Amino acid sequence: MKAGRTIAGVLLLLAICVPLLAAEIPADQRRSGFSFMGPDTQAIQNDDTANPGMLWVLDGEALWKRKAGAAGKSCADCHDDDSMRGVAARYPAFDEALARPVNLEQRINLCRANRQQAPPFAFESRELLALTAFVAKQSHGMPIEADADPQLAPFVAKGRELFLQRQGQLNLACANCHDDNWDKRLAGSAITQGHPTGYPMYRLEWQSLGSLQRRLRACIFGIRAQPYDYGAQELVELELYLKSRARGMPVETPAVRP
Amino acid sequence: MGSVLINVPKRAKRGDVIEIKTLMSHIMETGFRHTATGELIPRDIITSFSCRYNGEEIFRADLFPAISANPFISFFTTATETGTLEFSWIGDRGFSETATASITIE
Repeated sequence: MKAGRTIAGVLLLLAICVPLLAAEIPADQRRSGFSFMGPDTQAIQNDDTANPGMLWVLDGEALWKRKAGAAGKSCADCHDDDSMRGVAARYPAFDEALARPVNLEQRINLCRANRQQAPPFAFESRELLALTAFVAKQSHGMPIEADADPQLAPFVAKGRELFLQRQGQLNLACANCHDDNWDKRLAGSAITQGHPTGYPMYRLEWQSLGSLQRRLRACIFGIRAQPYDYGAQELVELELYLKSRARGMPVETPAVRP
Repeated sequence: MGSVLINVPKRAKRGDVIEIKTLMSHIMETGFRHTATGELIPRDIITSFSCRYNGEEIFRADLFPAISANPFISFFTTATETGTLEFSWIGDRGFSETATASITIE
């Protein structure tokens, strides 16, 4: 009995210590986190009047039309109603002025600073999540194509490096779970493939909408590593790699996840 | 910001059983949690929800700290006559929101 347990332990250790195979998920086996959920949670996401993420979309619509900053302009004063269609599917995108990729939240704050001359919203503030959700909802159902710009290639590569990098006290890389063990469960919860299809999304655990960076920080905390700050370049690169990994999958914003 | 989502069928036949769904934006702070410095976060929840159909109350619910944020309440009623449904949420710290929806009976 004890020997059996020891052998099992050794096998487990071996399984953990086997060098990363870094086998990317074949295109025909990619699955959104949606397909890992139970039918009840799927029903919440599918019904726009039951999906709590829609509350933020409504708030975002109001903010979109509200004048802000020294310029006295609202988002709607410059952007047509339909002009945000497909935008979220392309983010993070390369910003020429900063010479690096920025995510959708950062783009909104850049627009606030440069065009509206208004103070930026804090990351994870209700306002920033609401505007981001409102913009991203307009890409609902469109295929993700964030890495089309060739200028992004080095940043995608850095993000991939981070995805494969073991870190934290548990010495785990993202890939250890989300590439190699996505068909298994961890403490009763499904290990998903980690495709960022529905952000910002409503997590029942959070009781709130949250950004992809919040999710990434929670995962990094979970492997007992020091999370990067909101807006850190590393997180944007990781976001970018995840989007390239999910290329072609439809945007689900605002998604609902357990 | 307080948003609300109401789903009431626009049209129904007299006598139909219709489903009404409501989603109200609220943090539903339980009053049992503490801040990092140990101070109690005061309770801030919706305590009561009611629905009137042409002035007559057809549904009422009391809400408690264990109910999730952004409470989703769904219930059924019989479509009797054309008119309006009035919804009301009342809670801690003077929280009070209302919403209306109209229904046409064919």
